[in-house]
Amino acid sequence: MLRDITLGQYYSTESLIHKLDPRVKLWGTCFYIISLFCFKNFVGYLVAMLFLALVIRLSKVPFRFMVKGMKSIVFLLLITVGFNLFLTPGTPVVSLWKLKITWEGIVLASTMALRLSLLIISSSVMTLTTTPNNLTDGMEKMMGPLKLFKLPVHEVAMMMSIALRFIPILLEETDKIMKAQIARGADFESGNLFKRAKAMVPLLVPLFISAFRRANDLAMAMEARCYRGGEGRTKMKPLIYKKQDYLAYAGLLIYFVVSVALGRMTF
Amino acid sequence: MSIILDHINYIYGEDTTTPVHALKDICLQIQDGEFVGIIGHTGSGKSTLMQHLNGLVRATGGHIYYNGEDIYDRDYDMKKLRSKVGLVFQYPEHQLFEIDVFSDVCFGPKNLGLDRKETELRAYDALRKVGLPNELFYQSPFELSGGQKRRVAIAGVLAMKPEVLILDEPTAGLDPKGRDEILQQVKKLQTETGMTILLVSHSMEDVAEYVDRIIVMNDGSVLLEGAPRDVFSHYEELEAVGLAAPQVTYILNEFRKNGLDVDTSAITIGEAAQEIARALHR
Amino acid sequence: MSIIKTKNLTFEYIRRDEEGNVEGITTAVDDVTLNVRAGEFIAILGHNGSGKSTLAKHINAILHPTEGTVWVDGRDTSDESQVWEIRQTAGMVFQNPDNQIIGQVVEEDVGFGPENMGVPTQEIWERVAESLRAVGMYQYRKSSPNKLSGGQKQRVSIAGVLAMHPKCIILDEPTAMLDPNGRREVIRAVRGLNDVEKITVVLITHYMEETIHADRIFVMESGRVAMEGTPKEIFSQVERLKELRLDVPQVTLLAHELKGRGLRLPDGILTTQELVEAMKRNGYL
Repeated sequence: MLRDITLGQYYSTESLIHKLDPRVKLWGTCFYIISLFCFKNFVGYLVAMLFLALVIRLSKVPFRFMVKGMKSIVFLLLITVGFNLFLTPGTPVVSLWKLKITWEGIVLASTMALRLSLLIISSSVMTLTTTPNNLTDGMEKMMGPLKLFKLPVHEVAMMMSIALRFIPILLEETDKIMKAQIARGADFESGNLFKRAKAMVPLLVPLFISAFRRANDLAMAMEARCYRGGEGRTKMKPLIYKKQDYLAYAGLLIYFVVSVALGRMTF
Repeated sequence: MSIILDHINYIYGEDTTTPVHALKDICLQIQDGEFVGIIGHTGSGKSTLMQHLNGLVRATGGHIYYNGEDIYDRDYDMKKLRSKVGLVFQYPEHQLFEIDVFSDVCFGPKNLGLDRKETELRAYDALRKVGLPNELFYQSPFELSGGQKRRVAIAGVLAMKPEVLILDEPTAGLDPKGRDEILQQVKKLQTETGMTILLVSHSMEDVAEYVDRIIVMNDGSVLLEGAPRDVFSHYEELEAVGLAAPQVTYILNEFRKNGLDVDTSAITIGEAAQEIARALHR
Repeated sequence: MSIIKTKNLTFEYIRRDEEGNVEGITTAVDDVTLNVRAGEFIAILGHNGSGKSTLAKHINAILHPTEGTVWVDGRDTSDESQVWEIRQTAGMVFQNPDNQIIGQVVEEDVGFGPENMGVPTQEIWERVAESLRAVGMYQYRKSSPNKLSGGQKQRVSIAGVLAMHPKCIILDEPTAMLDPNGRREVIRAVRGLNDVEKITVVLITHYMEETIHADRIFVMESGRVAMEGTPKEIFSQVERLKELRLDVPQVTLLAHELKGRGLRLPDGILTTQELVEAMKRNGYL
């Protein structure tokens, strides 16, 4: 059933990481990624790996869920590795026909692969342990200062959370319209690209109309419930830092200083 | 010529931790030219079952025979089946997409690969069969009223000249007037063309006077099956699964309990009044 | 005390063709004058296009009259500065359950109205809990709305309005898209609001059996109030209702039919129980 697809693949369980304020996780992911780009040696990566392993352990999310996120980028990863491996000039180690694998190439390729994998895994730790709703709340709060520059922060966050609510509904609707058109003899699968694009019209037109109708209804329902933008609004679930969040920030700071210090040392 | 469902099972989400057994061992036979009402509440599996009949959903177990041929045979032509078994979905007006009513109705026959003349002939014929006034043929389907849009959508399926027409809750969201008009139109269609009609509904009262046979679905299985008056005589069983027989059934049974010797099988007001008058010797 | 009052309310809109030229004017609501007292249960009946939904949208200040006036709790709805007060006083529940739930979790959706009104956090939680209990949805507070049935979703929508502490709730065909079970659930919840919470209810519907417990019924036909009265008064006019193409409950129809065959029965019988008692009283049973 299409409706069961949950976006951002949240893994529901009780853990310390799940309980953290979304802002901690957002900043954490940010700084973790920055740290990855500061390293000049493998010791830094080693610290980063250990830290991530610790966080995963604390999150109680099975490791295979993290790896699931990797599958989609395996191809990208292989290309990056391949390019770096063969196209980096330096001292050749092996040479196959016209291609040379250099020592520098090996180093660069493995750093790249490590960096990318850690990047992906760390961001999936965030999405796996934070509900989409919490995530938008966190972003809204973090972007708060941007309001000074007249950026519609609240509106963007509201849009995101409404989109998240309607994605499963629209997916189901797509499924239904598709079936209805197939029942009228429509063919979405065969033919060349042009033919297939044309076959999408009977699906897309009703879908857009339905989306507009829903948007219209929703706007009316929101107005009827006194929605008038972010001004003067209170929050049912305000984001308030707790002790655990300050501790997490402290842990993050320690990690950042230690890993970057070690990572930039020359041995 | 008939549709035979032989031990149909349908389980979805088998690879997940919570598989759902949506249809449980369904065995049914639908005769040619029959008008059958499929009753059950949301989640009883009635819509899923209907989607099996034209191959949109494939059973995980069992066989479906259409005119004696197994539709799950490897060389069975699914596309042809879909033109023979027309399925009108719930809120079918949501599938309209063309710039005018007429072109929308042409979509089905065009997909069958018919030439332009035949396509247009069929579209005209279908629109006339659903009783849409001629002056609306070249209007945008989105400017019509709810009931009219629904007729256009039904015509869109009729234009494929199906032998079997399945309507999934064709009256949902319509007012009593619109509901009666659609049901009368469907009945007329069945008597005039001899088409087999399967009508899915959650209201016994609505379909009682139109259908030949009622199939009551509950929790993925067939609970009761038979002529309306036979099914309604099991009103206590229906009650137990949250469905209700028409109010007349309750009234007549109540009268009977209070000592009036009435036959409780009446399904229309007129029949009931006559029966009560007879019992009172008036 | 009057809570909703309309005087000569008329609403017209201009129809345009594809090029934007004026094709004509449609009068959706035509000179409606009515008065709803606080605590009443009002039902507005009529088929699609009779103007009943347009009328409802005026009470919530979503639409403004072309002519005439609408007052909600003494406030004129055409006064821009009063709009939010009016929407808070007269909450509105719409037809499509999917298109009015904003939150991704039931409790968050119910909290949406109070959040907009600037209610303090602690009080929002109290209001949410109490509203969900009032419609019997408290145990689902942590669920995703997508996993609920239609009837449950509508009850969540009602709770969402209830949390704004309105004096009056307008329900615009809340059961049109539901199955019989869902319809029963919703109507039971609505009756509870009126009986227990003493909230004024305006229920718009085309199902007659949902209106038999109302204090008063208005029947709309082409923008006008065609009939007005208690359910008894309305349902005793079977012929007139049939003329308006409305669905009279089977028991009322049967009683009417039996009366036509010479049985002595009172007009406007609404339930099986009533019919049985009347039959007994007159010695038929």
